[in-house]
Amino acid sequence: MYSQGLIGANTETQETPEFLAAFQARIDAEEKIEPNDPMPAAYRKTLIRMISQHAHSEIVGMLPEGNWITRAPTLRRKVALLAKVQDEGGHGLYLYSAAETLGVSREQLTQELLTGKAKYSSIFNYPTPTWADIGAIGWLVDGAAIMNQVPLCRCSYGPYARAMIRVCKEESFHQRQGYELMTSLAEGTEEQKAMAQDALNRWWWPSLMMFGPSDSDSQHSDQSMAWKIKRFTNDELRQKFVDATVPQAELIGLSMPDEKLTWNESKNNGQGGYDFGEIDWDEFWQVVKGHGMMNKDRINAKRKAWDDGAWVRQAALAHAEKQNQRKAAA
Amino acid sequence: MTEHKDHLKVALLQVADDHLILGHRLSEWCGHAPMLEEDLSMPNMALDLIGQARHLYTYAAELEGLQRSEDDLAYLRTDREYTNCLLVERGNIDFAHTMLKQLYFAAYMKPFWQFVEGCSDNTLSAIAGKAVKEISYHIRHAGEWVIRLGDGTDESAERMHLAVETLHPYTEELFWIDEHRKICIDAGLLPAADVVRPQWDATISAVFEQAKLAIPEVTYPLLGGREGKHTEAFGYLLAELQYMQRAYPGAQW
Ligand SMILES: [Fe+2]
Ligand SMILES: [Fe+2]
Ligand SMILES: [Fe+2]
Repeated sequence: MYSQGLIGANTETQETPEFLAAFQARIDAEEKIEPNDPMPAAYRKTLIRMISQHAHSEIVGMLPEGNWITRAPTLRRKVALLAKVQDEGGHGLYLYSAAETLGVSREQLTQELLTGKAKYSSIFNYPTPTWADIGAIGWLVDGAAIMNQVPLCRCSYGPYARAMIRVCKEESFHQRQGYELMTSLAEGTEEQKAMAQDALNRWWWPSLMMFGPSDSDSQHSDQSMAWKIKRFTNDELRQKFVDATVPQAELIGLSMPDEKLTWNESKNNGQGGYDFGEIDWDEFWQVVKGHGMMNKDRINAKRKAWDDGAWVRQAALAHAEKQNQRKAAA
Repeated sequence: MTEHKDHLKVALLQVADDHLILGHRLSEWCGHAPMLEEDLSMPNMALDLIGQARHLYTYAAELEGLQRSEDDLAYLRTDREYTNCLLVERGNIDFAHTMLKQLYFAAYMKPFWQFVEGCSDNTLSAIAGKAVKEISYHIRHAGEWVIRLGDGTDESAERMHLAVETLHPYTEELFWIDEHRKICIDAGLLPAADVVRPQWDATISAVFEQAKLAIPEVTYPLLGGREGKHTEAFGYLLAELQYMQRAYPGAQW
């Protein structure tokens, strides 16, 4: 009755060839894998890595945009930004819960973020020096996130797929809002237009890097594709993003900081697409490895919040404990 | 009626400024809260407050009749023209101070809005109807934290005690009534102190009892904001708030 591959108390699986084949057959039949289903350890590990990195990105991503809440130029913009940053926090919470279904606690994941062991999207290690950065982030960063996440709505792991459906709705609202903000800057005074172009210049390349290394250099892609955790390669998604975004920039009179950007009729099986310049992968790896302008500030801000809040969390526990004792005594 | 308009405008600006400035302080926490749940709750309350401020500024501008917008009122006045009470502009200091400040304010606003909801001014009554639901949540949320912290660990109790000592002297200004507000009270548009005060006292006493906190005697209340006399920290708050509007005059955002 203890079938092979069933998760034991220690969540270990016996991965016989038969078990792996049966698992792959479920994936191929587009069945959703649920928390209590048997799964290969590597599948579990890959998902924990992906979901927790995604959750951390939402949380760290609150900082660069949060940087402008108190300085937002109008009350309408202030309210929209507050709501957006709050949404990102909600995504983080939701994703930590999805990760917990795989047997890791939020506490544990938080520690990994604070000690620098866990990764989060490198894009958030770039600074937001101007108000236009808020538009650029919504338009480009949320835009790139959607390209990545829409296919994840069909991810083979049920809880992640379901989380993504909800998250994607909000991300596409953020993307439209960011583009609308950029549009109003682009239609504004010369100073505003310059601010918008400068933000685009700074965010364009980092947002292309958000899709990760080229397929030839990506260490995780093949197996994730076979398990239908991922549905498209990094380069495919990046191309989709470029093709969708370049016309949006043109529409509002902004230009991408890429001299090699040209329309290529023959791309995408004859449907056409943009050729674009070479991504500076040295910069990408430099930031991934912790040497971007804001890496240390981001982690230090999260650590400070965590450390400064320790007494609050302790007090909440102590109070709950007292309440329990009072109930028991009553 | 013209007269009421002018006085009501002045009185509503006081309330609008309270909401904007307290919302501003709360929003400073965003991303830096003691736990993720509070990283969601504090911006949520800030959203409520700034949303209320927008309604109030818009209505005050309408009463004024000078074609000023909500943003003109929120962003383009001098420090002496803001008439929020001092309580709401005080720095966050720590989570205990922040939650206590929130409780003091919400405990005042709930009976305020409950009264206004029933007043004869339809615009005001509609604003109040929405606000009263939101503010009840603020009382509950902040009140629960004051209780947890007051009756938590030694450290949290000490911090809570300190917050009460620091902030209680500012609460008197919540009940400040000037000639403008007096006229609105007489017209039945805004509540008199004896409508609001007993409920405020009851809310604070109930929370403090569970939080094991004593209500201090205040001999020297700290006042000034309603007359545009602010603390030093307020100038820095305005510098942040107004930065974009001052740096790019006349631009649309
Ligand atoms: Fe998000
Ligand atoms: Fe996201
Ligand atoms: Fe987003």
